[in-house]
Amino acid sequence: MPIPTDTLKKTPASLNKEEILRYSRHLIMPEIGMEGQLKLKQAQVLLIGTGGLGAPLGMYLTAAGVGRLGLVDFDVVDFTNLQRQITFSTQDVGRKKSEAARERLSGMNPQIQIDAFEMRLTSENALELFKDFDVIVDGTDNFPTRYLINDACVLLGKPNVYGSIFRFEGQATVFGYPGGPCYRCLYPEPPPPGLVPSCAEGGVIGVLPGIVGAIQAMETVKLILGAGDPLAGRLLLFDALGMHFREVKLRKNPACQLCGEHRTITKLIDYEEFCGIRGEETTVAVTAGIPEVTPREFKARLDRGDDLFILDVREPHEYQICNLKGHLIPLGDLPKRVSELDTSREIVAHCRSGKRSADAVEFLQKAGFRKIWNLKGGILAWSDEVDPTVPKY
Amino acid sequence: MPVKVIVPTPLRRFAAERSSVECEAATVGDALRQLTTSYRELKKHLYTDDGRIRSFVNVYLNDDDIRFLKQEQTRTKDGDTITIVPSIAGGADAARLRLIV
Repeated sequence: MPIPTDTLKKTPASLNKEEILRYSRHLIMPEIGMEGQLKLKQAQVLLIGTGGLGAPLGMYLTAAGVGRLGLVDFDVVDFTNLQRQITFSTQDVGRKKSEAARERLSGMNPQIQIDAFEMRLTSENALELFKDFDVIVDGTDNFPTRYLINDACVLLGKPNVYGSIFRFEGQATVFGYPGGPCYRCLYPEPPPPGLVPSCAEGGVIGVLPGIVGAIQAMETVKLILGAGDPLAGRLLLFDALGMHFREVKLRKNPACQLCGEHRTITKLIDYEEFCGIRGEETTVAVTAGIPEVTPREFKARLDRGDDLFILDVREPHEYQICNLKGHLIPLGDLPKRVSELDTSREIVAHCRSGKRSADAVEFLQKAGFRKIWNLKGGILAWSDEVDPTVPKY
Repeated sequence: MPVKVIVPTPLRRFAAERSSVECEAATVGDALRQLTTSYRELKKHLYTDDGRIRSFVNVYLNDDDIRFLKQEQTRTKDGDTITIVPSIAGGADAARLRLIV
């Protein structure tokens, strides 16, 4: 079922000679032709996120000739992004992502309109921003924003092309399709904060968002053209390691609080609170009650000859990158290996950035350990402040 | 009835890195109970304290969501596949990995 034509721009469009040549490989396909290419030209698509998923999305939708692309991202390009966010080059490190992406995509196709929205999507701005676009594509990396995008799309009646990834697995579907389920039909509630690791903690193979983002781009093009069967009502599950694609059925949940028969959600809410993140620390600083030691203090104590037991709660493959010769017990194994630790000794726990080790200290305090400290900032801070020969990762 | 339970990536570390587990089970609930008995740490991630499947985890029997069948009482047959699908979001740094204790 195509996007209703009254949601496309009203001004009649045509293709100039340059566009006809540029899109000739679309035009010669009977499934697309001039009519299809004009639909693409008249379409307005908003990409939320210009990162791992947003990169192939932006590039393929630009190449396809989508008439207007909005790019929403508040972040700047980080060196660690380059492993997967292929819109950006090394020279872009430090630049605003929305602007760097806009520049790259405009170079690919000067014929289309690309608008950079350097902003954080919130309940205050989402409805206003979304209303002029025909399709919203979710290329974000956190639960609160996914619920926000979903809710705004349902309230406005816009399709939401969803894709998500974790390490070697991906998911894709189309929510908000007429008669189809929304994200809350599938997951009424988010996981508690911290249960599912982020890319920084869990890692992600760089190619994975390339595949899932390209699937999202394909679904977006299909929606605009009204071609094929969209993923509405189906969840595509991709296992990159096994190279398996599977599909499960998604049904509209009649009890869904947002799109069900007796909906209770009629406006946007505080999504950080909904996801339990309100009040959570989002920086490396640890919560009150977790004793910590700075890298310099730690170094001073070691130099003094203090008998400190160094507990490293990272994973074995991280230990191989760099280590402080600590005793390695990955965080997830700590409950069953706590007997390896001596409550009478002073223990300094560390991880990469100080987050996992803070959790370890909290756990060990509850287990009765009293002489335990978290290395503030982790091995990253140690490299910055004490020993720059220790590689950062 | 031999069935296969597919363990999603985020939960494999609690199942000795297995991507799938075979078991004999007459219902979806049986299969999940066997899985969480073999791998006790999985239980906390799949079930709440009062024994309900966590709301951010969906379970499918073949390609049907068990919420629209008979929940955990859904009967299985030879060769069925049970897939556990947790919600995933990609990679914001704001998340902190927590131990569920």
